[in-house]
Amino acid sequence: MKQTSQSYILRTLVYSSAGITAAVIIGLVAYILYMGLPNISLSLFAVHYTSDNASLFPALINTLTVTLFSLLFAVPVGVGAAIYLAEYARRGNKFVRVIRITAETLSGIPSIVYGLFGYLLFVTAFKWQFSLLAGCCTLAVMILPVIMRTTEEALLAVPDTYREASFGLGAGKLRTVFKIVLPSAVPGIVNGIVLSTGRIVGETAALLYTAGTVAHIPGSLMGSGRTLAVHLYSLWCEGLKTEQAYATAVVLLVFVLILNWISGRLEKIALTGGKNG
Amino acid sequence: MNSGKETSMKYIFFAAACVSVGAVVLICIFMFANGVPAMAKIGFGKFLFGLKWKPDLDLYGIFPMIMGSIAVTSGAIILGVPAGILTAVFMARFCPRQIYSALKSGVELLAGIPSVVYGFFGLTAIVPLIGRIGGGSGTSILAASMVLAIMILPTIIGVSEAAIRAVPSGYYEGSLALGACKERSVFFAVLPAARSGIVAGVILGVGRAVGETMAVIMVAGNQAVMPRGIFKGVRTLTANIVLEMGYAAGLHREALIATAVVLFFFILIINLIFMLAKNHAD
Repeated sequence: MKQTSQSYILRTLVYSSAGITAAVIIGLVAYILYMGLPNISLSLFAVHYTSDNASLFPALINTLTVTLFSLLFAVPVGVGAAIYLAEYARRGNKFVRVIRITAETLSGIPSIVYGLFGYLLFVTAFKWQFSLLAGCCTLAVMILPVIMRTTEEALLAVPDTYREASFGLGAGKLRTVFKIVLPSAVPGIVNGIVLSTGRIVGETAALLYTAGTVAHIPGSLMGSGRTLAVHLYSLWCEGLKTEQAYATAVVLLVFVLILNWISGRLEKIALTGGKNG
Repeated sequence: MNSGKETSMKYIFFAAACVSVGAVVLICIFMFANGVPAMAKIGFGKFLFGLKWKPDLDLYGIFPMIMGSIAVTSGAIILGVPAGILTAVFMARFCPRQIYSALKSGVELLAGIPSVVYGFFGLTAIVPLIGRIGGGSGTSILAASMVLAIMILPTIIGVSEAAIRAVPSGYYEGSLALGACKERSVFFAVLPAARSGIVAGVILGVGRAVGETMAVIMVAGNQAVMPRGIFKGVRTLTANIVLEMGYAAGLHREALIATAVVLFFFILIINLIFMLAKNHAD
């Protein structure tokens, strides 16, 4: 008797918690869509920002630029590091432990600390001023551990028989890595890039004091510009443009939905070994 | 000819692997070199335990902000951890197959939503509600805790679910075979075995909550005073930096960087505990 009542309570707890979680997810998404969708209008996508239209178009372009260049800086380094860890490093090597610990430390550092670091190093010490370049470099450091981890996992998931077959056919280590191992790991690597894109698109604190908050598209990477997330924050700071802020939140949400969908597809492809799964 | 290329590429990969080490060293050097002298100038005791933050009077005590960070983080843990762990139990052991993929992608969506969007949601949906219940403007410890609780849910659910799934099925089946029902088997045989992994997830969530900036700024009220109740506003360490960095100069600016050093130090400790917990789990 005792057992049944206790298990009843436990079951209720589990189901109600899951219910609360589901309600929070649905409520959050529905609220943002409900408040934001009616406010999406053509003037929000005007090419030039004015304080009248609060156009998010420049921020959208800046977001794409920042994403592109951050990835351009971080992906080669991250993939190279993962290749070293997965293919070259000997097991139990002390230095490999150091690399792993630092990568894990990097992924735990809050974005505002990255922001200040970027401000002190790129903006002040390098004298780049507030610029997209400073923002991209800061974000590149931030997403490095994500790229390293996902790529390493993808490389380790490639069966050793692939490598042995390649060596057996007379290919060297380098050729094996580039022609055999890397191509099989592509879905995993791309998934890492997608995850990093999500972090870049949503980042605010690391960009406020590196890329700055100018609401226009800068002429070059050395100019300051705000991304969508910074745009949303700036609208809140100015305090007048609630409708546009709702609409910006919807655009950010759509970004996240698309990225999550791509990531889900890639995980499926990676699981089925790339056989048109 | 080929071997030269082989070795040079090996060193290039090695150099790439060293970048993360270099980044951590650089971050430490820049933060400490800029922050510690300011702390020394203000006085370590006065800085860490000073109760007054009044830059215009050259008073730089960050104790209210430390307590603010601790207050909103504790609130987030109290609200978020039980719901997160129980949802993880549901997803690992109770969830019907048809719901699972929908719930899973919902949780992943939560993980992907930018913190400004959370802040904005908190500001327009949660804050007015709390204002109506508790009086005042509604920007408060409670509002920040609720927003943070939602934000750390996906972390806790993800890590805990993986930990629960990693428990060998023999634990569960053995318990069933001894006559325990499903719920008791899960809670008294499987969960204790997954404890270290779940603890690691909670610590990771704490790290997120302590380091969160934008969402907290928008809902916590940001008064630089000691916490006075869950319906009153506080300022966290992270908020202190973002709010004043824009116009600070001289010692004020250095004090803000020193604030980041304190935050960084907290995070390093939390990371260390997380790594220990994770190693224990493995």
